[in-house]
Amino acid sequence: MYCMHSLLAEATNATFWLPKGVSSVASDVDWLFYFTYWVTIFFFVLILGLVVVFALKYRHRPGHEPCAPGPSHNNALEVIWTVIPTILVFAMFYWGVRGYMDMTIAPPDAMEIQVTGKMWTWEFTYPNGHTDSELHIPVGMPVRFVLNSEDVIHSFAIPAFRLRKDVVPRRYNKLWVQATEEGTYPVYCDQYCGISHSRMISEVKVEPMSSYRAWLVKASNWETTMTPLEAGEHFYKTKGCMACHSVDGTRIIGPSFKDVFGDTVEMNDGSKVLADENYVHESIREPSAKVVKGFQPVMPPFTKESLPDKDINAIIWYLKSKSSHFKGDMGAGKKLAAPVEKK
Amino acid sequence: MTAISTPLPHDLPHDGHGHGDNYLTHGKGLMSWLFTLDHKRIGLMYMTVVLGAFALGGAFAVALRTHLLWPHQDLTAQQAELYNNMFTLHGAVMVFMFIIPAIPAVLGNFILPLQLGAKDVAFPRLNLLSFHIYCIGGLFFVYVLLSGVVHAATGGQVTFPGGFGLDTGWTFYAPYSTSKASGSVTAAVLGAFMLGFSSILTGLNFIATIHSLRPKGMTWFRMPLLLWSLYATSIIQILATPVLAITLLLLVAERTLGIGIFDSSLGGDPVLMQHFFWFYSHPAVYIMILPAMGVISEIITAHSRKHIFGYTFVAMSSVGIAMLSFFVWGHHMFVSGQSPMAGAIFSLLTFLVALPSAVKVFNWLGTLYKGDIHLTTPMLYVLGFLLLFSIGGLTGLPLAAINVDVHLHDTYFVIAHFHYVAMGSMLFAFLGGMYHWWPKMFGKMYNDNAGRVAAVLIFIGFNLTFFPQFIAGTHGMPRRYASYPPEFQIYHVLSTFGAYTMTTGLVIVLLNWVHSLARGKKAPANPWGANTLEWHTSSPPPHDNFKVTPEVGDPYDMSGWVYDQATEGWVLSDEPRAATSHH
Repeated sequence: MYCMHSLLAEATNATFWLPKGVSSVASDVDWLFYFTYWVTIFFFVLILGLVVVFALKYRHRPGHEPCAPGPSHNNALEVIWTVIPTILVFAMFYWGVRGYMDMTIAPPDAMEIQVTGKMWTWEFTYPNGHTDSELHIPVGMPVRFVLNSEDVIHSFAIPAFRLRKDVVPRRYNKLWVQATEEGTYPVYCDQYCGISHSRMISEVKVEPMSSYRAWLVKASNWETTMTPLEAGEHFYKTKGCMACHSVDGTRIIGPSFKDVFGDTVEMNDGSKVLADENYVHESIREPSAKVVKGFQPVMPPFTKESLPDKDINAIIWYLKSKSSHFKGDMGAGKKLAAPVEKK
Repeated sequence: MTAISTPLPHDLPHDGHGHGDNYLTHGKGLMSWLFTLDHKRIGLMYMTVVLGAFALGGAFAVALRTHLLWPHQDLTAQQAELYNNMFTLHGAVMVFMFIIPAIPAVLGNFILPLQLGAKDVAFPRLNLLSFHIYCIGGLFFVYVLLSGVVHAATGGQVTFPGGFGLDTGWTFYAPYSTSKASGSVTAAVLGAFMLGFSSILTGLNFIATIHSLRPKGMTWFRMPLLLWSLYATSIIQILATPVLAITLLLLVAERTLGIGIFDSSLGGDPVLMQHFFWFYSHPAVYIMILPAMGVISEIITAHSRKHIFGYTFVAMSSVGIAMLSFFVWGHHMFVSGQSPMAGAIFSLLTFLVALPSAVKVFNWLGTLYKGDIHLTTPMLYVLGFLLLFSIGGLTGLPLAAINVDVHLHDTYFVIAHFHYVAMGSMLFAFLGGMYHWWPKMFGKMYNDNAGRVAAVLIFIGFNLTFFPQFIAGTHGMPRRYASYPPEFQIYHVLSTFGAYTMTTGLVIVLLNWVHSLARGKKAPANPWGANTLEWHTSSPPPHDNFKVTPEVGDPYDMSGWVYDQATEGWVLSDEPRAATSHH
C-alpha cells in the first residue's frame, strides 16, 4: 500500500519496466508508475476492443444492410466519461505531489555533498573539503546533494534512485537521497551540454558508513596510500581525461596519450612544441593555448580546485609511463609521503 | 434539406485527364503559381515544401537511428558532432517546418474556404505572404544545414561567421546556445522567427475568415468540426507565437550582444529562457494536434457515413484544450529547479488538459458505433490514430505525475510519448486527410489497396520504432545521447528496424500518390457521400470554388446523397439523373 514516508522502505526489485530501485522514495515512485500503467492498460484495451469490434461488426460489405444509424449524442454518457477520468487524474495528481514532497524535503541531519557539473565530467566535494571524481555515499543515511554547474546546464540523473535534478550555473539546486541497498549504480548527465554529453557518465557507490569513511580518508590523502604513478592512472580514469584521450593510440576526441610525453608535437598553427611538464601543465590549465594539429579546441580548463597542482604532477608521472620517448627512471615504487591521518 | 444543383460530372468536359476550367488549369506558368491569390494553389505549394521538409527531417531520423544500432563506446569527435547536428536539425525541421504548418497550411488552406462555401479566405494576399515568409524561414534552415555540411565535408577548413551547423537541440537552451555552441545558432533562431510569422498570419486569416465568411445558415454550431479545430488552433497561433518571437530575439541579443538576460554571471537567469520558450512551445503542441483532431472528425463521419457523436462536446473540447494549453508549460521544467509549488500547480493543470482529449476519443468511438464503416485508406489512418493517440495521451499520465516525472524526465520515455502524439497521431491524421481530400484536390482517385497496405506497414513500423523506447526510458536511457551503455542496445536495434519498416510504408505512400497523379481514375465530385460543402463542388473545384452557391445544412447529415454506380460517386438524391443503384 502507498505510504508517505518510506524512509524505512526496502529496495524495489528490477522488473520488465523498471530497474532496481534503491532509494527511500523508489517504492512510491514505482507504485504510482504502475498505477498509471494499469490505468493505461485498462483504457487502451477498452479502446482497442471497441475499435476492433466496431470495425468488424459495422464494416460495410456488399449485400449487408447497414443497421439503423445509432444515436448522435448521449448526455449521460458524456458525463460518465468525463467524471470517471477526472476522479482518476485527481487521485494521480495527489499521490504524485505527496511523493514529490518526500523527494523535496530533506531530513535536517542529512550529510551534504557538493556536486559540480562541468563539460564533461562530474566532481564531488565531500564534507572534509576533498574533491573527487568518484561518488561514494553511505547506505541508509540521508545525503543532500547541492548541485552547481561551472558552465552550461547539465542534469544529475540516477535512475536507480528514481532521482534527477538540473545543474545550473550560478544557482544551487538541491537533491536528497537515502540509499537503501549497497551497490554501484550509473549516474548520467541528462541535459544536452555539448559534444561529449553522452560521455558524461559516472557512478555512485553505496556502501556501509565504515567503508565510506575509509574510502574518503584514502582518497583525501592519495600521497600516503598510492604512488604517484598509481595516482596518475587513477586521475586519468576518474577526472574525465579518459573520456577523450586514450592511452593505446586510438583517436577519440582528443589526442591519444601514448608516446606523447617527451615527443615534439605539431600545433594547429604549424609551430612545434616539446611535450614536457610545462606543456602538460598548460594543457590542463589553459587547453586552448596550444591545440594539437587536426583536433578541435573543445577541452575545458581544469581549475586548481578540481585538479590541484599535486594531482597534475601525478598525471605527469602516468604520461611518462605511457611514452616511449621518456627514458628516465620512474622510481614508481615509492610513495611520496608517510601515512598521515587527515580527517 | 432542399435540392441544390451540384455540378454533375457530365457538366464538365469529358476527357480522361480532367481538363476543364478548374483551379489547376486556370492560369498557366510558374508565376501564376508563385504569385497566386488562390487559397487552393497556396495549399498545394505549401504541400510541396512541407512534404519536402518531412522528407528531410525523416532522412535525419533514419540516419540517427542507423547510428544508434551500435553503442559507440569508442565514439569519435566527428561522429559525436554529426550526431548532435542531426538530432537538432531533425527536431527543428520537423517541429517548425512540418508538424506545425502541415495540417493548417496544407489541408486547412485548401478546405477551409470550401467548407464555408466561400470563394477564398478573408485576406488572400496575406495568405500568399504567409507562404513566402514560410519559404524564407525555411531558407535560413537550409543555410544552417549547408553550413554544417560544408564545414564537415571540408574537414573543418571552411568556417562561417556566426558558426556552422546546429547542435543545441531544437529547444535552444541557454547558456549552451548563447555562449558555447559553435553552431549557426543566430541563423537558425532567425529562421524559426520567420516561420513563426507565417504561422501567426495564417492563424489571423483563418479567424477572420471563419468570423466573416460563414454563409447564411451556418451558425457556429452548424460549422464542420474541422473549422472548430482550425479556429481553436488559430487562437493559439496568434496568442502564443509572438512570445516565441520575442524569446528568439532575446536569444539572438544574448548571443550576439551579451545583454545578459539569460547569463547568471550578469545577473540574468538561464531558467527564465526555459519559461519563455515553453510558454509558446507547449501551446505549440496543441497547434499540432488540434487540426489533426478536426481532420479525424471529418474522416470518421464520412467513412462511416454517420453523424458525429456528441458534436457540441467535440467542438467545445477543442476550445477547452486551446485555453488550458496556456497554463501547463511548467511540466517541461519539473526538474529545472522550479519551485515545488509551481510544480504542483502545473501537474494539476497538466492532468486537467488531458480530459477534453479523452472526451473526444470517446465521442469518436460513439461515432463508429452502428455506423456503416468503410475500411478505406483514410479510415485505416483514423483507426490507427485512435489507438496511437490513446497510447500517446495515456503515457502523458506518468509524466504529469510529478514524482514519477522526476524519474522519466529527459529519458527516452518522453521521446516515445511525444512521437506517439506528434507522429502516431498528427502524421496519421495528416496522411488520412491527404487521402480523404486527394480526389477533391487533384480530381484523381488513388489505388486504395496500395494505400491500405502502406497504412498497415506504417502502423506496424511506427509501433516497433517507438514502443521499445518507452522501456529504454523507464530503465534510464537518456535523450540526445550519441553513445550509450551496451545494456540498452536491444531497444535501439528494435527501434531502428521499426524505422526502416515505417520508411518503407511512407515510400509506398509517395509512390501511391505519384501513380495517382499520373494514371489515377477520374474522381467524382463526392466519392465518399459526405455532406460538408467542399463535396458540393466538382473534383477538382473551379477557380472560384462553386459554380452555384451551396445551401447550408447539417454538415453531418448525409441522408440526401445516393450512390451513383456510373461515376462511382455520390450525388444528391433529387437530381434529374436517375441513380442506377441504391446503396
